[in-house]
Amino acid sequence: MSRDFDWSAFLFILGAVRWTIVLSLIAFAGGAIGGLVLAIARTSRFVVLRGLAAVYIGVIQGTPVLMQLFIVFYGLAVLTGLRIDPWPAVTIAFTMYAAAFLGEIWRGAIQAIPRQQWEAAAALPLSPVAQMRNVILPQAFRIAIPPTVGFLVQLIKGTSIASIIGFVELTRAGQLIVNVTFQPMIVYPIIAALYFALCWPLSLAALRLEGRIDAALGIGKRP
Amino acid sequence: MPLLALANVRKRYGDNVVLDDVSLDVETGEVVAVIGRSGSGKTTLLRCINGLERIDGGSVQFDGKALPGDGAALREVRRHIGIVFQSLNLFPHHSVERNITLGPTVTNKVPLAEAQAIALEALRQVDLEDKLHAFPTQLSGGQQQRVAIARALAMRPRLMLFDEITSALDPELVGEVVKVLERLATSNMTMVLVTHEMGFARRTADTLVFMHKGKVWEKGPPKELFAAPKTKELESFIRAVLEPND
Amino acid sequence: MKYVFQFGIVRDHLPELIHGAWLTLQLSFSAFGLGFALAVVLAFLRDAGPTPVRRAVGAYVELVRNTPFLVQLFIIYFSLPELGIRMEATTAALIGMSLNFAGYATEILRSGIDAVPNPQIEAGHSLGFSRLEIFRHIIVFQALRTVYPALASQFVLLMLGSSIVSAISAEELTGITNTLQSTTFRAFEFYFVATGMYLAMALGARALLHAVYWSAFERGQPTRGAWAR
Repeated sequence: MSRDFDWSAFLFILGAVRWTIVLSLIAFAGGAIGGLVLAIARTSRFVVLRGLAAVYIGVIQGTPVLMQLFIVFYGLAVLTGLRIDPWPAVTIAFTMYAAAFLGEIWRGAIQAIPRQQWEAAAALPLSPVAQMRNVILPQAFRIAIPPTVGFLVQLIKGTSIASIIGFVELTRAGQLIVNVTFQPMIVYPIIAALYFALCWPLSLAALRLEGRIDAALGIGKRP
Repeated sequence: MPLLALANVRKRYGDNVVLDDVSLDVETGEVVAVIGRSGSGKTTLLRCINGLERIDGGSVQFDGKALPGDGAALREVRRHIGIVFQSLNLFPHHSVERNITLGPTVTNKVPLAEAQAIALEALRQVDLEDKLHAFPTQLSGGQQQRVAIARALAMRPRLMLFDEITSALDPELVGEVVKVLERLATSNMTMVLVTHEMGFARRTADTLVFMHKGKVWEKGPPKELFAAPKTKELESFIRAVLEPND
Repeated sequence: MKYVFQFGIVRDHLPELIHGAWLTLQLSFSAFGLGFALAVVLAFLRDAGPTPVRRAVGAYVELVRNTPFLVQLFIIYFSLPELGIRMEATTAALIGMSLNFAGYATEILRSGIDAVPNPQIEAGHSLGFSRLEIFRHIIVFQALRTVYPALASQFVLLMLGSSIVSAISAEELTGITNTLQSTTFRAFEFYFVATGMYLAMALGARALLHAVYWSAFERGQPTRGAWAR
C-alpha cells in the first residue's frame, strides 16, 4: 500500500502551497478591513466603541487560535445543523484573528503619532474624519508597515492549524503524503522548508523596512 | 625604568591614520596631561594604553612587559590600570557601594566584607562616603564622576587614566572633581589625563603632551610650554582655549 | 434555531476540564523554564561567542521563527523516530514548546542585551571582567528589565500555543475538551467554556508576571523600568 516519495507526491505538496497562500491572503484582506475598523474604534472619542473593540481584541489575543477555529467550525455546524465545509470556517476564523491583531498593531501606530500632529490638523481646521484621512492615517501607515509584515508571517504559519480540522493546505498535504509513503523524515522537513521559503523573505523585508522607517523618523542606529 | 612606555605606536581606522608614530614614557608618580584638538588622537592614545583599542604598529609596555592582546593575560594587567571615562558609565542597577565592590570581588577575588571596607575608604578619598547606599541616578554628574574615580581606585591601580572626565559636566560641578584629581596627584599616583582643564594642567601636571594630527607635537613641563610654545599649532591652540571668544 | 444550549453537561465534566487546565499550566511553566534557560545561553553565545557559533545561533532562531510550531512538533514526534529517537507525546510537546520558545526568547533577549550602553561594557572590561562576568553582573539584569514585557507576552503566547500539542495527542486542556465534546456531542458548549478557561489563565498569567516584575526589578531601584505602572 505504501508508495515512495516521488515527484507526484512533491507536486501534490507544492499544489497545497497554493491554498496556504490563498487562505493567508483572504484572511489578511478581511482582517485588514476589520483591523482598520477596530483601530479607529480603539482610538475614537466614544468610550463604548473603545470598550467593545478592546474586549474583542482582548478575547482573540487571550485565547488559542485553535480554540477559535473549533468554535467557528463546530459552533457553526451545531447552530445551523448542517455539516460545515472547512472553507467558510477557516476563512471566518482566521479573518477574525487577523482583524484583532492588525487592529492592535494599527492602534499602536496611530497612537505613536505625536500629539502635535493631531492638534495641528484640528487647528487647520479639519473635521475628525478628515484629520484621520489626510494627516494621521498616512503617517500611521508608514509606522505600521514593519509590524504588519511581521504579522503576515505569523498568519501564514498560523494557517497550518487549519490542517487539524482537515482543511487541505501545506501541512495537511504533508500529513496525507506521510500517511501514504511512511517517510516522515523526508516529508516534514520539506514542509518546513516550504514554509521557510514563504516566511523568511517576508521577515527580512520587515527588518529592512524597520531600518528605513527609523531613518525616516530620524532615529539613528546605536554605534 | 618607566612604568609606561609607548614606542612608535601606530593606529589606523581604515584609511584614517589616528596615531602616527607616538612615543611617550611615563615614570612612576608622574602626572601627564595630554591636550589637543578633537581628532588629534588623544582619546585613542589613552584607550590603547589599557587595551580598549588595539595598536597596528609599535609597542605599549606596562611595567616592562608588552601589553597582552586579549584574554586572561590582558585582564590581569587591567587590574593595575584604572580608567575613568567621559561618559557616565557607572552601573545604574547597582548601588554606589556595589559599583565599587564589584571590581575587587570579581576580579581581585577579595572577600565581600573586605571589599566593602575598601569601597568606604575609596569614597572617603573622593569626599562621598555619605553616598554609600545611593544609586548612580540619584547623584549629580560631578558626584557620579567622583564615584567612578573611587571605583577605579578601589582596584589599587598603579596607573590611572582619565579621558576628559570633566568635559560632559556642568561647569559648577567641575571644581569638585578637579579637587579630587589634585589630591590624587599629590599622593604620588601615576596619572595620564586627556583634559581640557588648562588650569589643572598648568598647576599640577609634571609633563604636558600636545597632540596634533596623531603625533606628539610638543612635550615638556607645562609652564614652559604655556609660556613659550615652540610651534604655531600649540600657540594657536593655547590662544583658542584660553581666550575662546577672541 | 433548533439548538438548545446545555451547559449543564459541561458542569458535570468540570473536574476533567480543570485537570486539563492544570496540565496546560504544568506544560507551559516547564517549557518556559527550559526554553528560557536555553535562551539565556544562546543569547550569551550570540553576543560573546566566536563567529561560527553566532551564525549557528542566528540560523536556529530564524528557522524556529519562520516555520509553524505544528510542523516543528511533527518533526520531533514523527520524523525523529526514524532516526531511532522515540518519545512520548507529552515529552515531544515539552521539547517542542521549549525549543520554540527559546527561538523567540533568544531574539528578545538580544535586543535587551544590545540596549545596555556600550560605555558600561567598556567599564567592565577595564575592571578586568571576563565576557561572562560582564554578562552576569552588568548585562543580565538590565537586559531582562528592558525586555520583560516582551518576554511576558511570549509566555502568554507559549501557553495559548500549547493547545496545538493536542494534534499529537499530548494531554492538555484542548485535547481533553476534544474528547469530551466528541462523546457528549455538546461541541459549542465545551469549546466555549474551555476558551473561557484559557482566557482566565492568560489574564491570570499576566497579573502574576506583573507581580514578579515588581518584586524582581523595581524593589530597591530608584528609577522606573520598562513595565512600571
